[in-house]
Amino acid sequence: MAKITLSKLRHSYYPNPETPEDYALKEIDLDWQDGGAYALLGPSGCGKSTLLNIISGLLDPSEGQILFDGQDVTHLPPDQRNIAQVFQFPVIYDTMTVFNNLAFPLRNRGVDEATVKQRVEEIAEMLELGDMLQTRASALSPDNKQKISMGRGLVRKDVNVVMFDEPLTVIDPHLKWKLRSKLKELHQKLRTTMIYVTHDQTEALTFADQVVVMNDGEIVQIGTPVELFERPAHTFVGHFIGSPGMNVLPCEVTQGAAFFNGHMIRLEGDISAGSAGKTEIGIRPEYVSLGDQGLEAKIRKVSDVGRHNVVDAMIGDTPIKAVVNGAVPAQGETVHLSFDPAKTRLYRDGWIATETGIAP
Amino acid sequence: MKKQYQKAWFFVLPVLLLVAFNALIPMMTVVNYSVQETFGNNLFFWEGMGWFEKLMRSDRFHAALGRQFMFTGIILAIEIPLGIIIALSMPRSGFWVPICLVTMALPMLIPWNVVGAMWNIFTLPDIGLLGYLMNTTLGINYDMTQDPFAAWATIITMDVWHWTSLVVLLSYAGLVSIPDAYYQAAKIDGASSWAVFRYIQLPKMKQVLTIAILLRFMDSFNIYTEIFVLTGGGPGNSTTLLSIDLVKIALGQFDLGPAAAMSLIYFAITLLVSWLFYTLMTKDDTQ
Repeated sequence: MAKITLSKLRHSYYPNPETPEDYALKEIDLDWQDGGAYALLGPSGCGKSTLLNIISGLLDPSEGQILFDGQDVTHLPPDQRNIAQVFQFPVIYDTMTVFNNLAFPLRNRGVDEATVKQRVEEIAEMLELGDMLQTRASALSPDNKQKISMGRGLVRKDVNVVMFDEPLTVIDPHLKWKLRSKLKELHQKLRTTMIYVTHDQTEALTFADQVVVMNDGEIVQIGTPVELFERPAHTFVGHFIGSPGMNVLPCEVTQGAAFFNGHMIRLEGDISAGSAGKTEIGIRPEYVSLGDQGLEAKIRKVSDVGRHNVVDAMIGDTPIKAVVNGAVPAQGETVHLSFDPAKTRLYRDGWIATETGIAP
Repeated sequence: MKKQYQKAWFFVLPVLLLVAFNALIPMMTVVNYSVQETFGNNLFFWEGMGWFEKLMRSDRFHAALGRQFMFTGIILAIEIPLGIIIALSMPRSGFWVPICLVTMALPMLIPWNVVGAMWNIFTLPDIGLLGYLMNTTLGINYDMTQDPFAAWATIITMDVWHWTSLVVLLSYAGLVSIPDAYYQAAKIDGASSWAVFRYIQLPKMKQVLTIAILLRFMDSFNIYTEIFVLTGGGPGNSTTLLSIDLVKIALGQFDLGPAAAMSLIYFAITLLVSWLFYTLMTKDDTQ
């Protein structure tokens, strides 16, 4: 068990990186607290697997340090870091029984047979693999195979961190939910630090206490699922998380107020000082409401997604989405949209640029 | 009843004809010869199981069969482990991959009789590179036309040189199909390199190795051309393997009946061993 610190970490797959674009990871500074359940969320190719492999020791970073409890482990091989990793596709030792699979990491470390037996049975019980211990691992279904991979990570008591690299990719949808809650339950029982890498927001938000959102080799926001949803620090977080994602509307700022299509838009707070840049307004579809007054918009499409309706509308040339409960307008109708000021924010060059607290 | 698509039979027909003319009909002729005696002039006399019974008690057949099993056993014991070791040490990616693969494939591209002739010249004590080196430079008495041990060493070396590549290429194909995650997981699990071989690489190579062993068994059990060209079965009868003996009986002595009986037994042994081996190797998978 350890606190993991990443300090000024950069990585490039090129031997001589020059421009920032050459870096798969651009300067990461981050602390993972001991015993936390973290998710690393981002689109494919954003560098999350690179980061994971650097923490596990499968990759040597180009620059920076990794500290486990203040101790530098940057250049230690994986087996000396005491970490565990679960991969996208279940990795099992085909010729061994389930028991021997789970015992493998312990036996390799010279743990005595009595402890091995006790520990393996304990973990197998938690993962509901207890009655399969003597079966050959290759005969199992993919979800049980993935459970074995997880079990091999959890079986070691002293493990510093267990990392999951999109572990549910090959699992059937109806079993995904089950395995995910199992994982959450295991975390509460074992209190091991867990890092869960995924590009699926549902997986990240349901598993983690803290979600680290990455884009383009950078960390854009760290926060609880609620924080990420309620107050995205970057337009990327806004439209990556949520379904549908946040509306991002181009706007102009004059004399401390934001104007969209000629209308002044009320924001959550004062616009923070900063250099000029591209300014945008961010508002989640959940906080856009239809009413008698507000911005005039033409309805383009209404989709019933089950619990509510998603309305696609056009304000001038700008598309906007709204989540509507109850009666919905017809296609082609002209409506008026209003924004909840407490949830309306200004973004400058992608980054949030309003202070909290409702403007007077 | 669902109407089935019947035209597919026409596509199989050419193959059936081909197999009939190059395998089934000749084999039936062999069966025919094996139960008869002939003195030429197309006169045949019924012999029944006589040739088979005689053959089973023949010392000459036992000796040839023994030599055959020894040869196949030795080359398998060398080629399979050696092939795996070479495959393991070949690069998995990069500039050297195609060079290694082509170099490996080269010996297999050479026709059998040329391989025999090459090794024959290579080992001649007076002008052959190897023969001259051994006898004159190193002072080791090496003459495969005189010494049975030297002859055996030569045919085994020749077969290892010619066919280890097959095992290498098949094992290599099995190795490169292992995803990186397996090696990474093993690293994290703290597995030794022996454990990686035993629990990851060997199980993943099992299928291709089964094929490799089968091919090498059948091929070496039927080996003829290379040894015929290289030693002709000598010195004495020391390298007279089954196929060489068979040809001697059939074409040298023109004893068609005994030769036919022998080739049927020969065929049955090859088939039986291959079937046994394959069944044993694939038994686990069907459980």
